[in-house]
Amino acid sequence: MERRGLDYVVLNQGYVSVNGRVIEHEATGNALLTELYRNHIADWPKFFKMDTLSKAGFVASELLLKETGERRLDGEEFTSGCAIVLFGATASLCADRNYQETIRDKDNYYPSPALFVYTLPNIVTGEIAIRNHWRGETSFYVLEAPDAVQMAFHLACAFQNKTTESILAGWVDSSRNDDFQAFMTVIRREDAADTDWLAGQLKQMINILNNK
Amino acid sequence: MARLIRCIADNVVSPLGLDSRSNYDSVKAGKSGLARYEFMGNITTPFVLSRMDRGVIDALCGKLGIKGNYTFFEKFLLCSSVQAVRESGIDASSERVLFIVSTTKGNTSLLGQPQDGVADERVLLGKAAHEVSRFFGNPNSPLVVCNACISGVCAQIEAMRALRSGRYDYAVVIGADEQSPFIISGFLSFKAISDEPCRPFDKERKGLNLGECAATVVLEASDEIKGGWELVCGAIRNDANHISGPSRTGEGSYLALMEVLKECRREELAFVNVHGTATAYNDEMESIALYRAGLIDVPVTGLKGYYGHTMGAAGIMESILSMYAVRDNTVLATGGYREQGVTYPVSVSSEVRVCNGSEFIKLLSGFGGSNAALLYRFVE
Repeated sequence: MERRGLDYVVLNQGYVSVNGRVIEHEATGNALLTELYRNHIADWPKFFKMDTLSKAGFVASELLLKETGERRLDGEEFTSGCAIVLFGATASLCADRNYQETIRDKDNYYPSPALFVYTLPNIVTGEIAIRNHWRGETSFYVLEAPDAVQMAFHLACAFQNKTTESILAGWVDSSRNDDFQAFMTVIRREDAADTDWLAGQLKQMINILNNK
Repeated sequence: MARLIRCIADNVVSPLGLDSRSNYDSVKAGKSGLARYEFMGNITTPFVLSRMDRGVIDALCGKLGIKGNYTFFEKFLLCSSVQAVRESGIDASSERVLFIVSTTKGNTSLLGQPQDGVADERVLLGKAAHEVSRFFGNPNSPLVVCNACISGVCAQIEAMRALRSGRYDYAVVIGADEQSPFIISGFLSFKAISDEPCRPFDKERKGLNLGECAATVVLEASDEIKGGWELVCGAIRNDANHISGPSRTGEGSYLALMEVLKECRREELAFVNVHGTATAYNDEMESIALYRAGLIDVPVTGLKGYYGHTMGAAGIMESILSMYAVRDNTVLATGGYREQGVTYPVSVSSEVRVCNGSEFIKLLSGFGGSNAALLYRFVE
């Protein structure tokens, strides 16, 4: 019997799909993220404070968890079993550029903590952890380019921590406000046992992202 | 058979010394790299910083044969890693060696100040790390851990896992950050920086100081350890509470501590080397986490009063100095501390103390709600 593929979301400035089903939209660029938020999420106003990297990662995670039917923990319910491991090449470059603008001129110097905090790429993992009440491992790794084999290796490594039952994993990049690329998937312990299979699944997601 | 992870070489390059031993001796003698600056770039608010002399790094590059058009950040990484790799005796050009770089901002200063002969793309952390692995002729893509202030502990945890998987035999784990106006202005905007030398866990603490350091550990997968340091385990946990403030209950740090305590022999635990940034919130949070984890009586020590917060290097440098301290039966004094200033009175001291035990825990926390802990053990 053929093994069922992983659930996944692919998102960039002009394209969004869930398990290969294209989600119709009108806006492009940063406005696409807002449109997706309003049409599919709508109950998390913290979204509007986020930088582009976090918005892209957050929207991708929400669309994915809706698809997988993950039960949302609320109130005082928390879990350490769900980890978040994201990869990217640009890290927080978009936020870095935006923040740099605020300190460039002596006469127009206004460094803002609200912008500065997003100059760390792992903030997106924190945003997703807060939303989902996940107290598990959160990590952000930077690679030169998306590499399915390398990502599968490090994701399989993350399961060496026995508390980790599943990983929200993916790729998130943004170098400009209107320019972002992301894919996201949920990996369970048994999915990572076969690292070659996992790499194959990630490779498909990378291909879709690269071709859109 | 489970592979054991052994630390076979280490190096610290900082204003206090160019190798681990001289750094340890300086700290034990109470020396600090912290100095007050009245301005930098467009910053006109005074701040305290431990800054690496660029001339010292250039001279060290000359001595170590590091030539080429590198940024300060890349030179810093190389100065530390070249020394550690030489001490280890490993062939770093082997495909069985993985390079892991721990940093928060890498070459970000290039955004404000481009450098002749350095491509703009080197602002990308993966590109900067590749300059380092390329120097050693290593064929693998380096991994960059960018997990805010906990990166140095996370990088060692990831190295441990990569070695346990069997795919690699050695990992070179390097951490560094350059304190440019980018980072300093950001922490100033958070009102997190003190204009005096920082005072971790003290009643009068006013905030953190930033600092520059590069540190390296070379880890090896082995079947047996005799007379060496074992990286036993580590854990990373999120507060799931706030992106720029620690949890009021120290949740993530508590969970990370509880995870590593599973492997700890409590009678062998010499001390916990804490994050101890000297911000009001961080130190209070750590005291709560330590109390909840049942560690209120275990000696606690912090190094920010000598180095400031060295970001990407912190988890690595502070682990290395802790190894030297355990071997010296010493709990280093917490520089800047005078009077207990946290709700749960953890065992912190302004004096050097004697200790027994062969294990220590390194604890860190950072933006994004991130927390991490790891456990090292000296095996006779």
